Amino acid sequence: MWVGQALARRARWRWAEIVFWLAAFAALFLPAGRHLILNEIAILALFALSLDLILGYAGIISLGHAAFLGLGAYAAGLLAKHVTDDPTVGLALATVAAASLGFATSFLVLRGSDLTRLMVTLGVAMLLGELANALPDLTGGADGLQGVTMGPLLGLFEFDLYGRVAYAYSLTTLFVLMLVARAVVYSPFGLSLMAIRRNRLRASALGVPVHKRLIAVYTLAAAFAGAAGALLAQTTAFVSLDFFEFHRSADVLLVLIIGGAGWLYGGILGAVLYEALQDALAAVTPEYWQFWIGLFLVAFVMLGRERLTGGMRGLLARFGR
Amino acid sequence: MATILFDGVAYGMLLFVLACGLAVTLGLMNFVNLAHGAFAMAGGYATVLLMDRGGVPFLACLPAAFLVAAVLGLVLERTLYRHMYRRSHLDQVLFSIGLVFMAVSGTTWAMGASQQTIKLPAWLTGRVDMLGMHVGIYRAFIVILCGLLAVGLQLGLTHTRFGSRLRAAVDDARVARGLGIPVGTVFAVTFAVGSGLAGLGGALGSEILGLDPNFPLRFMIYFLIVVAVGGTSGVVGPFIASLLLGIADVAGKYYIPAIGAFIVYLVMIAVLVLRPHGLFGRPR
Amino acid sequence: MTAALETRGLAKRFGGLVATRDVSFTLEQGARHALIGPNGAGKTTFVNLLTGVLPASAGRVLLAGEDVTSLSAEARVRRGLVRTFQINQLFGDLTPLETLALAIDEQLGLGGRWSHAVGGDAVVAEITAVAERFGLADVLDSRTDTLPYGKQRLLEIAVAFACKPKVLLLDEPAAGVPEAERRDILDAIAALPVEVSVLLIEHDMDLVFSFARRISVLVDGALLVEGEPEVIAADPRVRAVYLGGNDHG
Repeated sequence: MWVGQALARRARWRWAEIVFWLAAFAALFLPAGRHLILNEIAILALFALSLDLILGYAGIISLGHAAFLGLGAYAAGLLAKHVTDDPTVGLALATVAAASLGFATSFLVLRGSDLTRLMVTLGVAMLLGELANALPDLTGGADGLQGVTMGPLLGLFEFDLYGRVAYAYSLTTLFVLMLVARAVVYSPFGLSLMAIRRNRLRASALGVPVHKRLIAVYTLAAAFAGAAGALLAQTTAFVSLDFFEFHRSADVLLVLIIGGAGWLYGGILGAVLYEALQDALAAVTPEYWQFWIGLFLVAFVMLGRERLTGGMRGLLARFGR
Repeated sequence: MATILFDGVAYGMLLFVLACGLAVTLGLMNFVNLAHGAFAMAGGYATVLLMDRGGVPFLACLPAAFLVAAVLGLVLERTLYRHMYRRSHLDQVLFSIGLVFMAVSGTTWAMGASQQTIKLPAWLTGRVDMLGMHVGIYRAFIVILCGLLAVGLQLGLTHTRFGSRLRAAVDDARVARGLGIPVGTVFAVTFAVGSGLAGLGGALGSEILGLDPNFPLRFMIYFLIVVAVGGTSGVVGPFIASLLLGIADVAGKYYIPAIGAFIVYLVMIAVLVLRPHGLFGRPR
Repeated sequence: MTAALETRGLAKRFGGLVATRDVSFTLEQGARHALIGPNGAGKTTFVNLLTGVLPASAGRVLLAGEDVTSLSAEARVRRGLVRTFQINQLFGDLTPLETLALAIDEQLGLGGRWSHAVGGDAVVAEITAVAERFGLADVLDSRTDTLPYGKQRLLEIAVAFACKPKVLLLDEPAAGVPEAERRDILDAIAALPVEVSVLLIEHDMDLVFSFARRISVLVDGALLVEGEPEVIAADPRVRAVYLGGNDHG
């Protein structure tokens, strides 16, 4: 029956996807030297994927997504410092901790205007930053959490100086969570999110329980961001108050927007482009690259970001069929 | 105790002058402008330059700071901002974050990253005892000046032709145009005045708030709190919100320095959850 | 027999403005009922009160005898109170296939499932049946906003139908549809199963009188009169309302 086939086609793996993942894993065998930056990209991509779930799919603007990144990072860092240095346990704990915070704060973003949501998300991140600052005995305060050391991954692979194991770890986590995100996006749940983003009232008139779905996706996205925070803390062996800062939330927004919100690979593409952009700008003007990022952002919005990323997506889609 | 209250009031008044432009653009025109603090910073740096390099006296710098920020606001409004009014909130957020990044980086490049100081004239420094309070003269100066501005603004919005035109333009731009109101010009002038007031606030506030290239980011959330908590139906709500925020912040940081800011954010979130349209706002 | 839908003393005030005043209204099982009234009579507010988009200031809404006044909009949909929208509120960049799948998944209680892709035999069978019923089978896989307007209006009704309504509120289903495509919509409405009770909210008197077996007239937020079409057509008050003001405007 063609209806069944047409539905199945939505979730089919595209060639471009398969090629991308093969290439990403093949990069593990590159000669040492690029893996630290690849690791950074993978973590940023995961963080942006997390934001995509709420912004791109559910339409919630957040200026405080760093709250979950920071919480995950501190959870993983503290666990490593005080309890166990097994990275996967830290990753699991960070994910659960961030998901709990996501669930608790999801009720705050259900109602109100975009402005209230911006303020509340921003406020939650600032609140956690202040809290971490106020508990120096636990968090190290402004000095950051020192002395985080990680044991071998799965008891087998020691983290090396060149970041190869780190990259393998982050990339695998990204891949697994991408599989989850993929399932979610193409599921009935994902479809109802797309409806909510487009028109809440209309979605509820089709029987979609809007609040329930938003709570679920916000919690899920928080879990993803917590995982990204854990990866960042574990692979750099450092956590600081900076993790909660506004610029983290702003950067990830920027990353997602460059790559295009509302499709699964927007975060990954954005992370790659962002790192490349930052790299190129830092080579030209090491101190003032933020100026050019800002200019880029202004120009990007003025020229119509939908048009720009839409064109790119169209190109990729045609290539990927 | 009374002194802290007074300092809080002064701080709040300052916040109001800094944020009242945003109360109009974000509150009334529904435009999310995260770069509002950049105009305040422009006013602050204009004052530093004029005083340090030009030897201009402090009082003369204040109108100059207003003018610099207002002209900057006008130019940006005509060239960039006006294209953003009808865009989605997400676009407005991204656009204004971009401007903030540029302002922060550009200022660092031009002026260095260090904190700037303004040397106040001698007659504005020191403290006097008044009504049993130990009052800083400069803070008293701020309270009087900003209080006058607040009254002037409220009267300007409610009692002048420009005020009624602005309210009409905000209510329904299409209808206002039909009535022959030059909506674009009204918005541009409003934006310029709001930016100018921020610039004036930046000049007045550098002594109290500190002035460095990160200023727009450091105070972004404070400005947003004033508007979000104060509500979006005029300047009275934001004025009261500014005072509350100023007092809470000063008192919080004095009595419980470790978690003063924590409490401010907590209260803000609680207010917004209980009253999404602000303490003094009306739903729309 | 319990009425399919009933309101008792339903009222809505916005500040000092009364948009709906003390409306007690009954929709019988299997009804073909029309609600008419001049512009500004409060028809939209009334629909929003019925469907739970707006909370009522006073009064009750009963669905098959059950009080649903305090239920959310989506809970009412799951109990079988479904509406269509007046102006186009479909998801333009989704396909009719996706839109129908969405409604049917929610209907079957699968909407929260995240581990399986959209699909499955039950869903596919249901989509196929609804699409054929409303003549949408050949456009299922195109973007909704590229469809002819008549097809979009049909999809609007089809989606509501896919929610398995017991009571269906049709809000100006044929408004803006070109003459050539109008027939399809009238046919689709006429072919709705008898067990679905239908309330038609409409300006178009031809459609109202060809469809309705009972008509209620809403004026200034209150029910002016109710009765069979001939009675309504002959009622001098209704004539005054319609001929006195502008009839379709």
